[in-house]
Amino acid sequence: MISLEGVSHSFAVRRGGARLEVLSEVSLQVAGAETVAVVGPSGCGKTTLLELICGLQQPDTGTVRCAPAALMPQRDLLLPWLSALDNASLALRVRGVGRHGARAAARPWFERLGLDGFERARPHELSGGMRQRVAFLRTLLSGRPVLALDEPFASLDAITRAEMQRWLAHALEEERRTVVLVTHDVEEAVLLADRVLMLSPRPGRLIADVQVALPRPRVRTDAAVVALRASTLATLGVNA
Amino acid sequence: MVLVLGVWEAYVDLVSISSLVLPAPHAVLAALYTDRATLWHDLEPTAAEILLGILLAGACALASAVLLHFSGLARRALYPPLVATQAIPIPILAPLLVTWLGFGLLPKLIVIGLVCFFPIVVTTMSGLAAVDPDLVKLMRTLGAGRAQTFWRVEFPSALPGVFAGAKLAAVLAVIAVVLAEQAGSSSGLGYLLTVTVANLEMAEAFATVLVLVAFAIMLFTLLGVAERRAMPWIHERGNTQAR
Repeated sequence: MISLEGVSHSFAVRRGGARLEVLSEVSLQVAGAETVAVVGPSGCGKTTLLELICGLQQPDTGTVRCAPAALMPQRDLLLPWLSALDNASLALRVRGVGRHGARAAARPWFERLGLDGFERARPHELSGGMRQRVAFLRTLLSGRPVLALDEPFASLDAITRAEMQRWLAHALEEERRTVVLVTHDVEEAVLLADRVLMLSPRPGRLIADVQVALPRPRVRTDAAVVALRASTLATLGVNA
Repeated sequence: MVLVLGVWEAYVDLVSISSLVLPAPHAVLAALYTDRATLWHDLEPTAAEILLGILLAGACALASAVLLHFSGLARRALYPPLVATQAIPIPILAPLLVTWLGFGLLPKLIVIGLVCFFPIVVTTMSGLAAVDPDLVKLMRTLGAGRAQTFWRVEFPSALPGVFAGAKLAAVLAVIAVVLAEQAGSSSGLGYLLTVTVANLEMAEAFATVLVLVAFAIMLFTLLGVAERRAMPWIHERGNTQAR
């Protein structure tokens, strides 16, 4: 579904200035319907990795092959002039579906995602958690086989984040997709992913690829989850 | 406001200033009442010129702003001449236009258009330039093309800029219409102003200015209402608590 071969990428820090290498020789494969978490320290090129997967950038070297991917950005980026329902169905409208058709397709999801009653609310009337759910639904309804989630819950408070992680685990179980979840929260990675990929500090290299063979639903206080979280942190060089 | 009027009235009455220099507020109000038919009659063509002029300027300005936003070539080629149109002194240009085009509507529309066009172009362009680049990226991953991204994201984002420009233009148009009519016309409030000043009817001249000012305020207010109707999301936000 996704295949990166020897991908390196760098940015010009200033126009014509020195280039900053953010990803170095990254190779990875993601199978269909697999949820892969990418963790690593800030600035290790996680977001760049997603933009490469989504085709928003081309790698300097190496090849990226990927089924069409939809991005869920760090900020929810809901359009303030559209209702929650119209934001969620934005991708359908972009594809040429009429207003009624797009709304009808999105409406059943509002109940499934615990958003019923908020179809007509504008983004500023929603809580942070609800906004992220609408943004997730917008990504889901894009119909793209790959979902690229960029630290989707980083901006939420700890309680809401825990709630949203539980919610996302449930949503992904119901609606299997290929997911690349970028996060700096190791616990989130262990709770949600089938596999955890670890990147080194900049320039990001793949330093570990760990299968998470734990049954679902996973609980953060479960001994196996805690142990895996500790070993992941140790691999990343953090003393847990 | 009341204080200024009070001091003005008292000053004129007590110091017995000639009404040729400064008419008293009560004299202006009296002129407003006695000349109401004339003022109303002359407001009509002036209002029509202002409204048509702003519409014309607005349509051209929006089209130009979009063109300049999307084409670097157009920006380099057209920005200097656009700035030049703003630097032309209207009191010089207006009589020339009358000489070339006569006493009709056209020279007035050109003057108002020239004055109002630029602020709308500039504010619309800064609105378009301020669009969140991450939103544009997001639209690309959702499969949107250039036109889709413009209509669904960039244009609504730039609306506050469009309205800011329109409000500036509305007030500038009132100044422009007077200059245009003074250069050559046989009706309108600018024409009335020329005639009353020439006849040393200062109270009548002040009353004419009052009508112009009231019209400008009305236009500005109406644009404010339109702005709230067109962008309810911006004004609702103030009423609901941020969460």
